[in-house]
Amino acid sequence: MTTTAETLPPRARLGVAGRAWRLVKRHSLTAYALLAVAYLMLPIAVVILFSFNAPAGRFNYVWERFTARNWLHWDAVLGIRSAVETSLEVAALATIVATALGTLMALAIVRHRFVGRGATNLIVFLPMSTPEIVMGSSLLTLFLNANSIFRLGFWTIFIAHVMFTISFVVVTVKARLIGFDRHLEEAAMDLGANELTTFTKVTLPLIAPAMLAAALLSFALSIDDFVITYLNAGATQTFPIFVWGIARVSVPPQVNVVASAIFLIAIAIGLGNVVWQHRDAKRRRAR
Amino acid sequence: MGAFLHRHKGFTPYLLLAPGALWLGIFFLVPMAFLAYESLQSGLFPDFQFTWAFSNFSDAFSVYHVQLGRSFLYAGIATAACLVLAYPLAYWIAFRAGPWRNLFLLFIVAPFFVTYLVRTLAWLNILADQGPVVRVLRDLHVLGPDGRLLATTFAVVAGITYNFFPFMALPLYVSLEQIDPRLLEAAKDLYASSTKAFVRVTLPLSAPGIVAGTLLTFIPAAGDFINAALLGTPKQQMIGNVIQAKFLESLDYPTAAALSFVLMGTILVLLLVYARVVGTEKLTG
Repeated sequence: MTTTAETLPPRARLGVAGRAWRLVKRHSLTAYALLAVAYLMLPIAVVILFSFNAPAGRFNYVWERFTARNWLHWDAVLGIRSAVETSLEVAALATIVATALGTLMALAIVRHRFVGRGATNLIVFLPMSTPEIVMGSSLLTLFLNANSIFRLGFWTIFIAHVMFTISFVVVTVKARLIGFDRHLEEAAMDLGANELTTFTKVTLPLIAPAMLAAALLSFALSIDDFVITYLNAGATQTFPIFVWGIARVSVPPQVNVVASAIFLIAIAIGLGNVVWQHRDAKRRRAR
Repeated sequence: MGAFLHRHKGFTPYLLLAPGALWLGIFFLVPMAFLAYESLQSGLFPDFQFTWAFSNFSDAFSVYHVQLGRSFLYAGIATAACLVLAYPLAYWIAFRAGPWRNLFLLFIVAPFFVTYLVRTLAWLNILADQGPVVRVLRDLHVLGPDGRLLATTFAVVAGITYNFFPFMALPLYVSLEQIDPRLLEAAKDLYASSTKAFVRVTLPLSAPGIVAGTLLTFIPAAGDFINAALLGTPKQQMIGNVIQAKFLESLDYPTAAALSFVLMGTILVLLLVYARVVGTEKLTG
């Protein structure tokens, strides 16, 4: 902030040439932004485009001709259907558990002053700042050393996914709780509601949007995770592991179909949210 | 239950915390201890013995310091590239996008919705030897007639840059978006040129975003092995490739565990140095 307070040397106001230059600059920045977005979209477009390709050989790297066959027979590749199903099951279960546990943690951290609060913040922060390969390998050493309790497979993947998504839930819900008007709860209590009723009728509805956002984030993180899952999956295959295994041999266009489908569903949710926010803002302005 | 909670108010936070904290304790902290334990073992699979084998660390470092150095070099270049590429975009969205803001934010996160491995494989299509990019570069003589992009350092670094771009762009956007435009007007009123206003006002105020974005990009990038595996050759192997192969292919758990610790430790040291340079307040927000 100190830099802004320093006095800046006087300078002549912008002339016509200066204004023209500013116009160019303004548009060049817009042009750059569009180019950057094109760069971000390019691989996505390629993924979707090649889901409609009919590759000549084993590899789906060169465009041959258009076909919708891959979409109609998306599970024609051995193992892809069960991998997708496993991914969805793990993601659904991990999302539910992580959202519940993370929300409770966020409530404790924001609402209460207690011994160990700093340590709790630290343990929430650590998984987000540890490289996945380290988290994955350390979890694997636990499972290997306690192999009488844990067998690598579906449940170890589930455990891992809850572990690395909890922190994101805590952070998301925390942000909402900090801006929360506690008078609403006090009012409910004054009107005779007990703690449980207040929680279910007042608190929960108010933090529900944050919980939903956290759940969507958890689901996205879980369904996309490769590194931690790969180390702790044993012989079980999720969709990313399936892709990794098949990438060394040949990538069938069906892989693109599944990835495109996941993308399109996610983007539909995202666009819905953008439109909803847009309308909400408009309504508020009209009021 | 409500009455119980009321009588023992001091317990409530611990009850709320217990399930999540236990989960993180058992499946994040305890594994770290096991990793330490494993890294000091010696012997051959499956008969490892705990022998305080500190030599695992020195051996791992002397054999794999090239991959380790390469990981940090690639991660550093990719982080710098992300910063340079993402800053103008984040700036434009924060100050110029107007009603299109949310849509462009969606564009930034869109790559996350495509499975990591699949979007990395898409670069195989784009950079392929018979692909359009290589053809144009060959025609322009940027690349020789047999020059290629795949299986090069460029491809790996470009892949990392692409994959972690949103981690840089989002925090940048958040910090830029919070800047009060009146500060910029004030700078202009005091006769600062737009360049000067940017350097003296916008840039320092966006520092928290730069710091957060750098960390969020650099840490996962240093541990990445997917880009090196899919877009590179053994010559581009990073430390993540080695750790992964030691765990799953050569079943040399002690070395793999030691390498994981070396990676983590190096990141921590770099973090501390970084914190010294930029100041701890900025690091923790």
